[in-house]
Amino acid sequence: MSKLYHFHGGVHPPANKTQSTQTPIAQAAMPPRLVIPLHQHAGGTATRPAVKVGDRVLKGQVIGLPEGRISSAVHASTSGTVTAIDLQPVAHPSGLPALCVTLIPDGKDEWIEHHGTDYRELPHADLRHLLRMAGIVGLGGAVFPSDLKLHSGQQRIKTLVLNGAECEPYITCDDMLMRERAAEIVRGAEIMCALLQAEVVLVGIEDNKPQAIATMQQAVATGQHENIRVVAVPTIYPGGGAKQLIRVLTGIEVPYGVRASEMGVQCFNVGTAYSVCRAIAHGEPLLSRIVTITGNVQRPQNFEVLLGTPIAELAAQAGTKPDTTGYIMGGPMMGVPVPSAQAGVIKATNCLIASSPALFPPAPPALPCIRCTRCAEVCPADLQPQELYWFAKARELGKAQEYHLFDCIECGACSYVCPSHIPLVQYYRFAKSEIWAHEQEKNAADLARERHEFRQERLERDKRERAEKLAQKERAAAAAKAAAAAAPPAPAGDSAPPAAPAQPAADPAQALIQAAIERAKAQAALSKPKNTENLTPQQRAEIAEIEARRAKIREIARPDNGQNEGP
Amino acid sequence: MMTALFVMAGIAIVLGAALGFSAIRFRVEGNPLVSKIDAVLPQTQCGQCGYPGCKPYATAIASGEADINKCPPGGEEGIHKLAELLGVEFKPFGEGTQPKAKAVAFIDENVCIGCTLCLQACPVDAIVGAAKQMHTIIAPECTGCELCIAPCPVDCIDMIPLEENIDNWKWRYPVYALTPAQ
Ligand code: SF4
Ligand code: SF4
Repeated sequence: MSKLYHFHGGVHPPANKTQSTQTPIAQAAMPPRLVIPLHQHAGGTATRPAVKVGDRVLKGQVIGLPEGRISSAVHASTSGTVTAIDLQPVAHPSGLPALCVTLIPDGKDEWIEHHGTDYRELPHADLRHLLRMAGIVGLGGAVFPSDLKLHSGQQRIKTLVLNGAECEPYITCDDMLMRERAAEIVRGAEIMCALLQAEVVLVGIEDNKPQAIATMQQAVATGQHENIRVVAVPTIYPGGGAKQLIRVLTGIEVPYGVRASEMGVQCFNVGTAYSVCRAIAHGEPLLSRIVTITGNVQRPQNFEVLLGTPIAELAAQAGTKPDTTGYIMGGPMMGVPVPSAQAGVIKATNCLIASSPALFPPAPPALPCIRCTRCAEVCPADLQPQELYWFAKARELGKAQEYHLFDCIECGACSYVCPSHIPLVQYYRFAKSEIWAHEQEKNAADLARERHEFRQERLERDKRERAEKLAQKERAAAAAKAAAAAAPPAPAGDSAPPAAPAQPAADPAQALIQAAIERAKAQAALSKPKNTENLTPQQRAEIAEIEARRAKIREIARPDNGQNEGP
Repeated sequence: MMTALFVMAGIAIVLGAALGFSAIRFRVEGNPLVSKIDAVLPQTQCGQCGYPGCKPYATAIASGEADINKCPPGGEEGIHKLAELLGVEFKPFGEGTQPKAKAVAFIDENVCIGCTLCLQACPVDAIVGAAKQMHTIIAPECTGCELCIAPCPVDCIDMIPLEENIDNWKWRYPVYALTPAQ
């Protein structure tokens, strides 16, 4: 047994986990309609729709193609017909609709052609591409595309941490997954370990899940993986936070504003390892996930749910009690209320808690902060929540950032202990999104400034160049005049004064100009229409008429001429 | 007593020399205040302030010639920032100048005749097109200055307000009643 470390703070909220672990993972029934959002990964932009309304799609077919670097494909969770690609309510705290593909299942559940591969036979770049196209994202709730994290950057990753801590109350999906599908999690870990070229894999599981620890240890032993260790960690919230778990398992303290990967550790959820295994070894993209449905329902349990299953549909299978008022996605500490029960289950949905006023009574009214610093005592990120609250409240965003606002993991431990019942995390979320928006505005302004300055410079340059050309022309004309005056009288019959080539010019510069004029003349002669000689008077009259018309048109068009020049 | 005086005088001379030297040696080129003010301005380049762009307005503010409340796209927040930067009182917008919601221009491509007039009006080159070719706006680069609207001879440019969507949505400032302790 290796030595374990501690992180700062932490709380012990009632776990409420046993309710949903009484029965094995059940297969959720096929809903009559799937609503699959096209943007299910963190960051980046939405995927590009790859199907049209009316298309028949097969299970596992890509319906959203990844766009840009931070992106991950979205698939049809079953076979059926696409009936709409439009804005639909989604499980997002904003309550705003987002682009979704509505799929009516045909009940055949017919797979697209797919096959597994041996990860040892493929180059790492191909494996990452496979993961991107299989839509694999972090299933712990952060939904960041996994292919991007499975990459040793400048810092070599030595340790891969698999997060099976599942510290938040009510949630049991990882627990049940580890109990029932440990072998595949371990295979996924093996693939990830190879991709990262990590030396050791540490699976951290909180000690309130003895069964999961046992099955995972069993699976590691069966697979004879010497470099994978399953470690029981003490149960304390939020022990499943990435930085916190890394601290407990390895003793590495990730400094403020630094990513764990920069310290040589990468952390993934056990569910992600499972879907990596399904994607590589079986060729199955991410089409479903385990969801805990608990709270105000008759039969709290875990379901394997097709992505896009409407939340109300799923909750009904667990027997929603009549006084249910809404659903919380995630746990009671970090979860967010789902704005519409018609929204589909997404890759981030680890848990749905049916809430009722009896289960989650409204928070007592907030009182002013008494600066008791209890929040600072429990903060796992070792922040000063009361200061952060103060700055966020006063909208002193720069100050909040100085106090490491972005190291706050929004765990809610501070709000949980606050004797004044201040909704602290709400302030932090507000401040964070405000700062992000400012950042974006600033970037846009910088871009505009750059483009404007470039434009100004270009206009200046154009003006300069034009003035120069004009000056040159004037100089040339003046010189030509001077030359004409100096030259001997021209032979009769020709109005232009061609200098006799044999006669040496008085001034070499003038000779040059003269030569240039000669050249221009020769060119003009060349480009003269060849068919203008020997014309009948009638033809001449016609030409004259056309010329007159042209001149008239030129006259009319003149006012726009100046403006019509492109910039 | 005398020694102390000499020492103090000596220190004063040495430090004064050092200060004088660094004032010459490390002199900052250009007017840093103008660029500081320019950094706060939204770079819409719309000219609503009465100057031909953000930088000229910044220069005018720096020279004390312009007020800080002349930039509608910057909003009240912009005025607050300028007030803070310059150490002056906040000044609300005058009558008639009110900030609008941010919008981007949109060209109705069926109506556009390809006259290039808007192209020349755009201060940030956010319109692509050529003579007698349809023009279009590069939306992410449009600052919403509206300068392209007036020159269009066929009125085919509209300002489309940027609506809140899931990507630009922000968490709201928490609103709840603070109750005084009993
Ligand atoms: S726990 Fe609440 S009352 Fe105490 S210092 Fe923190 S915010 Fe203030
Ligand atoms: S929500 Fe943020 S500030 Fe509060 S305890 Fe958690 S990490 Fe600390």
